[in-house]
Amino acid sequence: MTSPPLVALDREALRQHMADGASRMGIATWDLGITCGNDTSVQVDRGEPKQLKARQSTTAMVRVWNGQGLVGITSTNDLSPPGLTAALSGAQQASAFGDAQSPPRLSPQARDPLTPLHHQPRQPALPMQTLLERLLDAERQVLNSHPAISTVPYNGLAQAQRERLYINSAGALRRQSTTTASLWLYPRAEEAGRKPRSAGAVRLAPGVDALDLEGCIAEATERTISHLDYAPIDTGVYTVCFCPEAFLDLLWAFGSMVNAQAVLDGISLSQRNSLGSQVASPLLTVADDARHPRHVAAPEFDGEGTPTRRLPLIERGHLRHFLHSEGTARAFADGSVATGHANMGAKVTLSPQWLDVEGQRGDSSLSCESSNGVVLVDSLSALHAGVKASQGSFSLPFDGWLLSGGERRSIEAATVAGDICSTLQRIVACEGDPQCTPSGRSPHIWVEGLTITGEA
Amino acid sequence: MPSLCLDAPAASRLDQRWRSRLEELLSVGMGAGADLVEIFVERDDQLNVLAEQERITSVSPALGCGAGIRVFKGHCDGFAATNDLGGPALLTALEQALSMLGLGRSAGASGWQGLAELRDYGSGKEQWLKSCPTVPDSAERLREVTAALARHGRHLQARRASYARDWQEVLVAASDGTFARDLRLHQTTGLTLLAADGDYRASIGRRDGRADDPDFLAHWPVEDVAMSACESAGRMLYADVVKAGDYPVVLANRFGGVIFHEACGHLLETTQVERGSTPFADKLGKAIAHPAVTAIDEGLSDNNFGSLTMDDEGMAPQRTVLIQDGVLQRFLSDRAGAMRTGHPRTGSGRRQNHGFAAASRMRNTFIAPGPHKPAELIGSIDHGLYCKQMGGGSVGPTGQFNFAVEEAYWIENGCLREDKPVKGATLIGDAVTVLPRISMCADDDALAAGFCGSVSGSVYVTVGQPHIKVDRMTVGGR
Repeated sequence: MTSPPLVALDREALRQHMADGASRMGIATWDLGITCGNDTSVQVDRGEPKQLKARQSTTAMVRVWNGQGLVGITSTNDLSPPGLTAALSGAQQASAFGDAQSPPRLSPQARDPLTPLHHQPRQPALPMQTLLERLLDAERQVLNSHPAISTVPYNGLAQAQRERLYINSAGALRRQSTTTASLWLYPRAEEAGRKPRSAGAVRLAPGVDALDLEGCIAEATERTISHLDYAPIDTGVYTVCFCPEAFLDLLWAFGSMVNAQAVLDGISLSQRNSLGSQVASPLLTVADDARHPRHVAAPEFDGEGTPTRRLPLIERGHLRHFLHSEGTARAFADGSVATGHANMGAKVTLSPQWLDVEGQRGDSSLSCESSNGVVLVDSLSALHAGVKASQGSFSLPFDGWLLSGGERRSIEAATVAGDICSTLQRIVACEGDPQCTPSGRSPHIWVEGLTITGEA
Repeated sequence: MPSLCLDAPAASRLDQRWRSRLEELLSVGMGAGADLVEIFVERDDQLNVLAEQERITSVSPALGCGAGIRVFKGHCDGFAATNDLGGPALLTALEQALSMLGLGRSAGASGWQGLAELRDYGSGKEQWLKSCPTVPDSAERLREVTAALARHGRHLQARRASYARDWQEVLVAASDGTFARDLRLHQTTGLTLLAADGDYRASIGRRDGRADDPDFLAHWPVEDVAMSACESAGRMLYADVVKAGDYPVVLANRFGGVIFHEACGHLLETTQVERGSTPFADKLGKAIAHPAVTAIDEGLSDNNFGSLTMDDEGMAPQRTVLIQDGVLQRFLSDRAGAMRTGHPRTGSGRRQNHGFAAASRMRNTFIAPGPHKPAELIGSIDHGLYCKQMGGGSVGPTGQFNFAVEEAYWIENGCLREDKPVKGATLIGDAVTVLPRISMCADDDALAAGFCGSVSGSVYVTVGQPHIKVDRMTVGGR
């Protein structure tokens, strides 16, 4: 079985219908964002297929501006002419309640030339049976890797096709098609008289054939086995080394620091005049790079039609730029422009796309291979609950190891706590080449003076 | 101001008129050799309104529809979802689901007997959507809240209030004859505020929610909620960061119940039994908690956020006693869970929408009241932590749980020290260890509305408990 073709997005017909409908309703300014997707996935359980899924989905968001310049929106998944007409009508009604103080406008960059991303050509969807065979084989390899591993309770192999479209009444027309595939394996291991342990690995690629299956299997297995020999850790203050994925998770959780909308809303740790200030150790440099070659399904444009780009955020510890939508750039009135990070909505929101962390080495005596009494944080959990972004504090469970002369001993259960401002300032080393993850790339980041609480 | 009414025309209703179309699809599925075929069809109409300071900054209506078709064969199932409710698209989705299991359409008759009479749980609920607050009404209510926050709070840097309404019409048809319709209405309100004074910051949130009550927003106690949030913010703004360690802990009632939800409730869902990821899989009839603990999950109570008239597999919900006096009594089970684990269905098959296959999920889950007064719990502790407001939490694949504490105070010499607030606490542990340590339950049980995210998406739930005492817990802090 293969996926049915994506819903055919006839952009000219859609634009014509929107234009005709808007004209009939007296709407001069409108835009339309659509995402269509076909997803298929498989899940297995100890050598047998468990659940196989397919999903066809369409989401569309219509924005209209009324005579007072106020914006209203309506979401729908019905792209038929009656469906779009209903959405236009709903958005027109909603515009009566639009925010008069800072209404968004069409992005002036929505018609700018766009550089297509050619580095990740679309990959064909594979038959479900092929996905199933590959996942069963992956599960078998994991189960055979160690006698303590008896199940892989969380596993899946998925592929997706996406088509995005952006049209507006000023003549903008953007379209992009992407494909992605993902594999995740989270084995569970248990030895007699000991607690069960689990860790995992994820891989992302433009297609199933491009997935690093062997790497994922090896990583999931090694990480899980490495946690079998665990011990409690004493509560105290430690030097902590964040693995790339863990550090990127932390940066994402505090993305409001570089978010111009959050600054305007008063919920960011940064202020308008924070640009140029030192917010991190001089060792740290961070950019957001939606178009990075390793960013799978990298977007060419954002929800307002603005082209994406590489944007320096922190350079040698200094805050350089905020993420901007059309509206925040206008509100800042300091020459800022939209940066390609906007999500369409009655209130436009902003989010990073793919963080690119570079660091200078710093204290070269700190090394995962030789340091003593240091905590290596492999992965953070429960960021939705343990991060207070507007307060700047975090207290997060993690999987990791205590390093002793290059030896790693798994930590039974613990949390790491601190506040992001001092954490960024206390970076004392950046070790190794940046490693790619689904959310960005980063080296290992060493931070002094974080509190670790061990479970008794 | 014009009112916003996005009600769909009657012609698109999901009701008896769908019978022949659904029977045709189910017949095709059974003719292809499926053990069971289930079709879930929905329409929904949502509205989100956001107020910031004195302004309405977002009004977001959303209209949606779709179907999820699930085919069972042996212990495996195939699931296909589409948001095209046209006949050809539904047939394509069914064929997709069949082909996942190696089944194809057969030319022969299936011999299938057809659907039972429609059980229409939606009758009497037809006016709910029209009875909900209009956009101007909800906007005005939210402005009242942010104004009340401004009146009662100090050092407030940001004030937000939100209202969300989710109206859903569902139709469930399955080859075992199940044919049921329901209308659901969930409304939720939230407020968040950020207090800041120099380097001191405190963010406080409150949420409320109710099912099947169009008048919910009108009855929202705006002044009380705003005063409570501002009082918390005032105390937490200058609070010390909690010192990490192991302490006896008293968890307040209402949202304190999130500990049971995360620490134990998820491990009693058959999805966890299937995966072999619960330590309680073989503990039916055995003690897993302190004898003071009796815990219940139910979907029957009026208007609670997790209540259902029928679950997403067409089954009427139950009151399920999970733990009685510390002894495990029952697991929460859905159709697939019953098939794969043998635990009978409990009316707990739930999903966020048609894009997800149903799974066993909690509804209104709470620890039953005990014989004590809250003061007795506090009085039994020399040095410990009182957790008044909880944040969110989660449970990992090995049963390790954690949850954030939003507002906490020290207990010293049997007294609650409201003059000693602490922030930044995270409670961690695992169910096997913590459940036997819940040694005292007070008599002041209460519920709180929330959202639970898991394999079948985000669903409406309540958590709850009386004040409880945990003899020792690990508190992450600084």
